[in-house]
Amino acid sequence: MRARAEHVLPFTLLLPSVAFLALLIVIPMFQALLLAFVAEKGGFTLEHFQQMFGDVNFGDAWRNTLLLLLLIVPLQLVLALAMALLVNSRFRGYGFFLYIYAIPLAISDLAAGILWLAVFTERGYLNSALQSAGVIQQPILFLSFENFPGILSAIVIAESWRATAIVLLILVAGLQLIPRDYFEAADLFGADRIRRTIHVVLPLLRPSLQSALIIRTIFAFQTFAVVFALAGRNMPVLAGEAYVWYAGNRNEHLAATYAVLLLGLTACVTVIYLRVLGLREAEVQR
Amino acid sequence: MNARVLDRTLIYGIAVLLAVWVLIPFYIIAISAFTPQAKIFDYPKPLVPTTFSTETMQFFVDARGVIPSVLNSVLVAVFTIVFGLALGTPAGYALARFHFRGREAFQVIVLATKMFPIAILSIPLAVTFLQLGLYDNLVSVALTGGVFVAVSHELEEAAQTLGCSRWGAFLRVALPLALPGLAAAAIFTFVVSWNEVFAATILTLRTRTLPAQVLAGLGTSPLGFKFAGGLFMALPAVVFIFMIRRYLINLWGSR
Repeated sequence: MRARAEHVLPFTLLLPSVAFLALLIVIPMFQALLLAFVAEKGGFTLEHFQQMFGDVNFGDAWRNTLLLLLLIVPLQLVLALAMALLVNSRFRGYGFFLYIYAIPLAISDLAAGILWLAVFTERGYLNSALQSAGVIQQPILFLSFENFPGILSAIVIAESWRATAIVLLILVAGLQLIPRDYFEAADLFGADRIRRTIHVVLPLLRPSLQSALIIRTIFAFQTFAVVFALAGRNMPVLAGEAYVWYAGNRNEHLAATYAVLLLGLTACVTVIYLRVLGLREAEVQR
Repeated sequence: MNARVLDRTLIYGIAVLLAVWVLIPFYIIAISAFTPQAKIFDYPKPLVPTTFSTETMQFFVDARGVIPSVLNSVLVAVFTIVFGLALGTPAGYALARFHFRGREAFQVIVLATKMFPIAILSIPLAVTFLQLGLYDNLVSVALTGGVFVAVSHELEEAAQTLGCSRWGAFLRVALPLALPGLAAAAIFTFVVSWNEVFAATILTLRTRTLPAQVLAGLGTSPLGFKFAGGLFMALPAVVFIFMIRRYLINLWGSR
């Protein structure tokens, strides 16, 4: 009797969280598909997708989202890798610096956008600094809708600044798993710091880099509040369009259609990454 | 100068440079939020402020809906913590204490949910809540936020400590040992909940949380309001990160 109870107990303990996850993920997923694929009068339809693809902002939103992804994700990885390797060298006071670098973890994308708005706005601190230094004669309109490179750079900087911290912690956790002997062995063979990093550390860090890459790419599709804070409606992105269609235009069908598109993109990216990166890893092992 | 000193200088130089990059926006938003209203459009602004005033912060706090939205944010965070602990602690205990069929599968599913674009699902979820009459309800916001933290790694570790003992020793030995972990998990949950923007905006209309309130007003509110709001959202989270700094790698790193 007791053995049987012991057998059932773990499943009983897991049940609430499994049920909770199922309710809050499976139900909305079905709801999203229903909203996107079922017409108002019932029956299967592609009209919501046609409407989405035909929307004036769709092309821009699609291009901007991909552009931001391509610029932000590599920048984050490089910055975070630099910070992580630095921290991992365990110089005196490294814990303090790790804490400083981790602070943006606690900042939402909305707050990050506003923080950098104070820097980039027309009479903000970047223009003030440049003018005081005599570099410019009048303020640069970084965030004007006519200055696409300006808006783009501001968003890339703000979002990289914020989310680098997340990548950093994933990489530091990964570096901690590498036995110290490996570094010493590399030193023994006379490898300098750069060669040691390239030939010993980076290959061992691969799993962490991989999961950081997947996570950041997935979340880059959802970039939204930082864009709204810095650019308003001047820079449409996919997640932002979902929000606008839901909250602004009160069209839950189109909003859900964007949600389905983002879900599909997420799934594709994950599969592609796992295929490309996973296969290579298997080759290395062989 | 020998190679060792040069090496040191280089390491600290880079470390300080990166720290400045991280800290500068905090400095800028702080001096912006404490610039008096009349001077917000001064140009060029001095990088070291000459005037200090709480007028802009006062204006933000007095603005309609701000105080209630702060209270809503705190309430949502508390609800989320309660949900998270109630659901996550038994699950963490099961994972730590038992080896059963499907254990690895469950862990993979939990990991997958952390990568899932749940914010995007808040749109169909809002429609469901609307049908159920739960829309614009703080509990439903907390439920959605709870998905992110339902089973956190930290809880698993905390429960591992619990798992080491029988109920008799539990109160005197295990609970005190697990408490810091549980507290860290709770603070982590608070930070995640406090920062939730998309879902909170979608799921609330009148009972807005602070980020929802600030986001909804982005297009219309004056610059001073935004700056004060930015500082207001950023500060508590920074304090909390400091409190759980020892747990950071466990909480965020183990994806």
